[in-house]
Amino acid sequence: MKNIIQELEKRILVLDGAMGTMIQQYKLSEEDFRGDRYKDFHTSLKGNNDLLSITQPEVIKNIHRKFLEVGADIIETNTFSSTTIGMADYELEEAVYDLNYQSAKIAKEVADEFTKKDPEKPRFVAGSIGPTNRTASMSPDVNDPAFRAITFDELRVAYKQQVEALIDGGVDLLLVETIFDTLNAKAALFAIEEVKEEKNIDIPIMVSGTITDASGRTLSGQTVEAFLISISHIPILSVGFNCALGADQLKPYVSRLSRETSFYTSAHPNAGLPNAFGEYDQSPEDMKLLIEGYLKDNLVNIIGGCCGTNPDHIKAIAEVAKKYQPRKLNVEAC
Amino acid sequence: METDCKKHLRLSGLEPLVLTPDSNFVNVGERTNVTGSRKFLRLIKEEKYDEALSVARDQVEGGAQIIDVNMDEGMLDGEKAMVKFLNLIASEPDIARVPIMIDSSKWHIIEAGLKVVQGKCVVNSISLKGGEEEFIRQAKLVKRYGAAVIVMAFDKDGQADTYERRIEICKRSYDILVDKVGFPAQDIIFDPNIFPVATGLEEHRLNALDFFRATKWIRENLPYANVSGGVSNVSFSFRGNNPVREAINAAFLYHAIQHGMTMGIVNPTMLEVYDDIPKDLLEKVEDVLFDKRDDATERLLEFAETVVGKDKVDDTTKNLWRKDPLQDRITHALVKGIDTYIIEDVEEARLLTTKPIEVIEGHLMTGMNVVGDLFGSGKMFLPQVVKSARVMKKAVAYLQPFIEAAKNPDLPKEGVGKILMATVKGDVHDIGKNIVSVVLACNNYDIVDLGVMVPPEKIISEAKKHNVDAIGLSGLITPSLDEMAFMAEEMEKHNMNIPLLIGGATTSKAHTVVKISPKYSNTVVHVNDASRAVTVVGNLLDKNSESFKKQIREEYDKFRENFLSRKKAKEYTTLEVAREHKFYIDWQNSNIIKPKKLGVTIIDDFDLSLLKDYIDWSPYFRSWELHGKYPDILTDNVVGEQAKELFAEAQQMLQRIFDEKLLKAKAVFGLFPANTVNHDDIEIYDEKGNVIDTFLTLRQQLKRREGIPSYALADFIAPKEIGKQDYVGCFAVTTGFGTDELVKEFQEKLDDYNAIMAKALSDRLAEAFAEYLHKKVRTEYWGYAANENLSNEELIKENYKGIRPAPGYPACPDHLEKKTIWKLLNVEKNIGMKLTDGLAMWPASSVSGYYFGNEEAKYFGLGKIKEDQLVDYAKRRNIPLDEARKWLNPNLAED
Repeated sequence: MKNIIQELEKRILVLDGAMGTMIQQYKLSEEDFRGDRYKDFHTSLKGNNDLLSITQPEVIKNIHRKFLEVGADIIETNTFSSTTIGMADYELEEAVYDLNYQSAKIAKEVADEFTKKDPEKPRFVAGSIGPTNRTASMSPDVNDPAFRAITFDELRVAYKQQVEALIDGGVDLLLVETIFDTLNAKAALFAIEEVKEEKNIDIPIMVSGTITDASGRTLSGQTVEAFLISISHIPILSVGFNCALGADQLKPYVSRLSRETSFYTSAHPNAGLPNAFGEYDQSPEDMKLLIEGYLKDNLVNIIGGCCGTNPDHIKAIAEVAKKYQPRKLNVEAC
Repeated sequence: METDCKKHLRLSGLEPLVLTPDSNFVNVGERTNVTGSRKFLRLIKEEKYDEALSVARDQVEGGAQIIDVNMDEGMLDGEKAMVKFLNLIASEPDIARVPIMIDSSKWHIIEAGLKVVQGKCVVNSISLKGGEEEFIRQAKLVKRYGAAVIVMAFDKDGQADTYERRIEICKRSYDILVDKVGFPAQDIIFDPNIFPVATGLEEHRLNALDFFRATKWIRENLPYANVSGGVSNVSFSFRGNNPVREAINAAFLYHAIQHGMTMGIVNPTMLEVYDDIPKDLLEKVEDVLFDKRDDATERLLEFAETVVGKDKVDDTTKNLWRKDPLQDRITHALVKGIDTYIIEDVEEARLLTTKPIEVIEGHLMTGMNVVGDLFGSGKMFLPQVVKSARVMKKAVAYLQPFIEAAKNPDLPKEGVGKILMATVKGDVHDIGKNIVSVVLACNNYDIVDLGVMVPPEKIISEAKKHNVDAIGLSGLITPSLDEMAFMAEEMEKHNMNIPLLIGGATTSKAHTVVKISPKYSNTVVHVNDASRAVTVVGNLLDKNSESFKKQIREEYDKFRENFLSRKKAKEYTTLEVAREHKFYIDWQNSNIIKPKKLGVTIIDDFDLSLLKDYIDWSPYFRSWELHGKYPDILTDNVVGEQAKELFAEAQQMLQRIFDEKLLKAKAVFGLFPANTVNHDDIEIYDEKGNVIDTFLTLRQQLKRREGIPSYALADFIAPKEIGKQDYVGCFAVTTGFGTDELVKEFQEKLDDYNAIMAKALSDRLAEAFAEYLHKKVRTEYWGYAANENLSNEELIKENYKGIRPAPGYPACPDHLEKKTIWKLLNVEKNIGMKLTDGLAMWPASSVSGYYFGNEEAKYFGLGKIKEDQLVDYAKRRNIPLDEARKWLNPNLAED
């Protein structure tokens, strides 16, 4: 814990880019996804990116390596969907512990290689905790607004399993990200607190919400400030936003957040908005310029990329991040 | 990794609710409570959730800032009802925007509620009733779920009913929560139990007083904790007698707030406005609340019966106010939120005024000001203000068609400008904003009204989209002030170049000037009443707006300088650093113009009447304590008549002065080659390039924001090392020969009025002469602005290139500089003006100063300087340090 805070005081830390975009480049087949362990599995596994940590660990390690080579300080484990809820689609609920444990382990191995080479620039592994594909405070059924497809307790249990395995696998921090329903995030934070208490440990937590569109609100309807208040009861390391928007659309919200919070701040926007084909085509140079705007305004302590960002983007971001001082903690505001 | 720094209670629904020490009382809606509302209970029992939701919606629309939800009823599955109702609320954004108070005496219902709400709720309540262990367990969970908590003053021995028991239990609860659970202190809300008063039982005599005292004790001794309570309980023993209940509730609430109660459950329909409680009733109620006399309860009961008796004739007493004068009726309707007669009253007012808009600006605003005052002093609270606003809106809506019809047909059809109006993020108050919008619309402006709670990025994008000419921001609550400052910063970042208008009840000129306007390089104006908005916007959008903007900026700069210099803890930079941050002019590309006529020029016996059109009349009115701008002041509602009269008499006297040549005008000025040396000194050369004298300037040392230079007048003259010859001028003018005689003439006749006027006019003429001469210098003698073509009005607004700062004024407070001017121009010999020992000019109606011709030269205020500059200055001036200190004393910063 101390370690990352020391680094945050010294410089702006760079978070890695998109895992999914990188995996696509390998053009892996159904067989590749299955690997040895699941070669006879009864249902299709292609597209279950998280599974690759078990079946194609070298691919995932290589991707981590690429981001670390261009200067990422923090890499995320390949566990965005590794909960029983996310794995239910592939009927792989039983693999959840292994998925998280292995993902954490390989990420940590690669990160340690780099830390060893240059101890002056220690690298960190953040256990990625996604939102799941269900919402605890919204009904999927327009005709029954009181209905919920998932409950707080179901989420809490699922997150708890994930968190335990990530910690066992050796992550340095936890990243609750792409929060579009704050209640889901509160369940994750609740689970983390339980694990912390049971294991009698402390571990830094990064929280990153998602502002879905120009309304400036989360999908579940909260404003930036309301979101912040709703997740500030836990002593977290940082709060920020990621996904859904490009760096330019996201900036006003990060700016409001930065002004209101006493935590460190993070942002990992997409490489622009998707084009007509659903592809992200913002160039590293363009993104760098936009990110520089964040740095000039002193908005963030941790900066990286989400959908569509590859090592070139992260390289550009790392270059420009080096030139600026980190944002000072806001002791006055909250 | 502190979770809290500014220790304010922060709650959230879809939107935030932050309780700061400046917040008004937070009102918790109580209708969605099955134990308190029979109607709501019925709706839940019958599963009429749609109607139950509309109860919640009415609460929020009626001004509830939090809604309390309680499903504790024997016949209900409380947990199921709680979850279902909260889930339904989550899908109604207009309800879900406020935080929820999950209210139950059963922990499992509370926990079920906490699991379905995404925002930060309030748990109502936990207590030591079940022992310390259970209390800690629940508190830990509340914290982990991310909610604030109400703690009842309750322990194993029962509910606290004395002052001592209240504070003892609250203190114990607080210590456990803060020390053992690590609960954030600001998330603790105590409910020290509100019990009925005037029950007739001896042991209840202190019920209200003990609550007040306990509340005060909690607020003073348990840092950051808040206090809440259910108010209606206090008047329980007067059920059936609403006038008395309402009076007790209102008086209790008023005093509870004074003692530190921050939030509470209040039924707005059961509440009188404190100031409207009849004095005789109030006295008896307060006797009971404060236990002032032994027979307090009997007296109130006795009195209550007479009030009950009147219930039958209630309608007539209730409507007695209808016999009051018109303005009183309108004010009454607004304060009480009664809209029954507002249309007829407004119609009556409309027929009495010449323009329908005057009803808004006059009658209605008078009433709303009363509402604002009562709200500000805690004697009205939000739901009541919301009711007032509704009456107001109804009245305005009625007047709108008349206003439209009365629009000046001479005005051009298309809009004269487009104004964006918005209440800033976090604030829902829009009465003021709406009035300003209406008034501007009536003056033919197009209004883009973005409504309330508008985030900065939206304001900016809409402003660009609609290409508006100005932005008006409004806000009523304190956090809006920060939001406005932030908005100004954002506008600067987006390179906006339109004026920003600031208004709303909490805004002030001081805040605007100190916190907002420095953040934005275009004009920022504080406009706090609707009628002034028209003039201000008119001036801002006028094609000659630059001078108005400049005037505002200068006025604000001066105001800010004064305001800031009042504060002691200010930061200064060293002289060395200040010099590094001097104002840099790009001298290589700067257009330096050599004066047509170098050397000294004398003007003796000038024809005064030429100055008539150069007079700036506003200061003349100011010298009579009439405030306002000429010529608008002549038609001002309040002082217009007096101003007109003064003006007419001034014209008469002026004519006499001109005709009889009572005053003599003389001037001398010089233009010289010059260069800046050693940062702050301006060397003056003769034609051969020998130094004949040196002007010493002083440099700002108050710490500036990044990128804001520290000015000295020397910055406006090219430094010697650049190798370019620059020029500077100085002057002395007077119109004061003869003033003393004229004044004496009136004084002898004991005519003080004309004596003052003579002096005031003589001063105005001197200023006018300085203005006139400056123009001549610019266009002829120096000639750097030969093509200048400005109206007199623009001249008065100093809308020209170059400046003429005067020693003894903000840019150059050093009076000793006058000696240099006197020497350079040989003033005394040439035109007879003298300097006294104190360096005042004689005659009094005189002006002296410098001329700086560079187009980047501008006025500024020196502010305070530090000891290092004083030492440096004494050396440059070659005088003892003590003497320098004496002259510059008013400008020395205290250490």
